[in-house]
Amino acid sequence: MIDFLTLTIEAAIKAALMILSLLTGFAYTTLLERRFIARIQQRVGPNRAGPWGLLQPAADGIKVIFKEDIIPNGADKVIFTLAPALTAIPALIILAVVPLGGDVNVFGYRTSLALTSTNVGVLYILAVTSISVYGITLAGWSSANKYAMLGGLRSTAQMISYELAMGLSILAPVMVVGSMSLADIIDAQKNVWLVVYQPIAGLIFIITMYAETNRAPFDLPEAEQELTAGFHTEYSGMKFAAFYMAEYMKMIGVSVIAATLFFGGYRLFGLENLLGGWMGPVILIGKVMLSLLLFVWIRATLPRFRYDRLMDFGWKVLLPIALANAAITAVLVVLDPWWYRLI
Amino acid sequence: MIGYILFGLVALVAIVSAVGMLLSTNAIHAALFLVINLICIALFYLGLNAPFLAMVQITVYAGAIMVLFLFVIMLLGAEQVTLKSQLKWQAPLAIVLAVVMIAATFLLFFNVQASGGLSPLAPISEDPRQTETFGSPYAVGEVLFGAYLLPFEMTGVLLLVAMIGAIILTRNEAGGMRDEQRAASNE
Repeated sequence: MIDFLTLTIEAAIKAALMILSLLTGFAYTTLLERRFIARIQQRVGPNRAGPWGLLQPAADGIKVIFKEDIIPNGADKVIFTLAPALTAIPALIILAVVPLGGDVNVFGYRTSLALTSTNVGVLYILAVTSISVYGITLAGWSSANKYAMLGGLRSTAQMISYELAMGLSILAPVMVVGSMSLADIIDAQKNVWLVVYQPIAGLIFIITMYAETNRAPFDLPEAEQELTAGFHTEYSGMKFAAFYMAEYMKMIGVSVIAATLFFGGYRLFGLENLLGGWMGPVILIGKVMLSLLLFVWIRATLPRFRYDRLMDFGWKVLLPIALANAAITAVLVVLDPWWYRLI
Repeated sequence: MIGYILFGLVALVAIVSAVGMLLSTNAIHAALFLVINLICIALFYLGLNAPFLAMVQITVYAGAIMVLFLFVIMLLGAEQVTLKSQLKWQAPLAIVLAVVMIAATFLLFFNVQASGGLSPLAPISEDPRQTETFGSPYAVGEVLFGAYLLPFEMTGVLLLVAMIGAIILTRNEAGGMRDEQRAASNE
C-alpha cells in the first residue's frame, strides 16, 4: 500500500512536470516560429512585449482568454466542444513512455527521468498517433461548415495514409535493436546513432512527421486559399487556441520521438552523465530545438503540396520504399553479415 | 483492492458507452461511443498484464478501423439513422440470444470455480500462468509464429486477397479504364 502510494505520487509529480514543460515549450515555440520566420522574410517579428518579445506568448494567452467563445447555430454542440480537447490530449500524453534522461538524484531520492518504462513503448506511440486523428476530423464535422468539413476529411485521409509509412519506418530501428522499449533503443545508440544504420527509415520518419502534425508542406487541412482556415474555421477564443496548442505540442512530441529513435535520444557521446545526469534532458532539448528550427525553416521555404500529389507521394513513393526498407532490414538482421555490424 | 476499484470504474464506462451506442440515433455519436467501448477493452487487457494486446487493440480498432467508419459516415452524409427497422423479427431474437449468452457466461464462471480451478475473482497475480514474460511482444510473437503459424499465414493471405479485391473493384468502374486512361482516350 505504501509502495503504491509513493509510486503514484512520484508518477503524478513527473506527469505534472512533463505537462508543464510541454505547455511552456508550446508557448515559446510560437515565439520561436514567429521570430525565425520574420528573420527569413527580412522582418523584425514580435519584439514589443518584454525584452526581445519574450513576454509575447503571455500577452497572446491573455488576449485569447478574453475572446468571445462562439458556437455556430447548426453545430453539434457536444462534439464541437469536445473536439479541441480530443486534439490536445494525445499531444499531451504521447511522451509518457519516452525516457528524457538517465537516473538522477532528487534530494537523495534516486529516480529515472522517464514517466514510465514499458516493453511496448513504440506501440504506445503508434496507438496515440492513431487516436489523434479524431480531434481534427470531429472538429471539421461538428462545425456545420463545408470548408471545415473538407479540412477535416483531408486531414483524416492524409493522416491515415502517412501513418502507414511512419509505422513501417519505426519498425526498422525496432528490428535492429530487437526491442520495443524506448530505453533499450536509446541504450543501443551509445556509440552510433541508429540513423547511420537506417538512413532511409530516418528520412521517411522525418517526412511523415511533418504530415502527421499537419505542418507545411503538408498543411492542406487548413489551406487558407481554398478552405478559409480549414477544420478550425468556426472556432474562436480558447478552443481555437487549443488547436494551436495541440499543433505545437505535437511538433515537440514528434521531435523528441525522432531524436529518441534515430538520433541517440538524450545521449551525446557520454556528455549526458555530466552534472549528475541532469545534462541528459539539456542535450535532448538541444536536439528538439534543432528539429523545431527545421520545422519553421521548411514552412518558410517550401510551397504546399497539391492534394492528389500528396496522396500519390504517400501511397506510391513513401509506402513502397518504407516496405522494402523494412523487408531488407529484416533479412539483414537475420543474416547478420559482418559489414552490417561494422558500421 | 485498487485493482477492483479500477476494474469497476472501467467496466461502468464500458457498459454506459455500449448502451449509448445502441440508443443514439446519430451515427457519428454511435461510432464515438463504440470508440470509448473499444478503449475500455484495451484497459481491461492492461489490467490483465497484456500491454502488447492493449496497444494493438487501440491502434487497430479504436484507431484505424473506427476512423474509417467515421470517414465513410461523413462522406455519405449518413448521420441520421432511421428508427423504423425493416427487420421486425430482429429485436425479439436479439433479446433471446442476449439472455442465452449471459446464461452461458455465468455457467462458465461457476463451472471453473466448482471444478477447483482458480476463482475468476482472484487477483491476477495469483494466476500461475503469470510469468515474467507473460504478454510481452516476444511471447506473443513466439506463439503466433510457432503454435499458430498456419492460421496466422492463412489470415495474412486472406487479408491480401481482400485488399486486391478492393483495388480491383475500384478500378473496374467505367469498363476497366482508369481515370488517366479515360482522359487520354478522350483527347
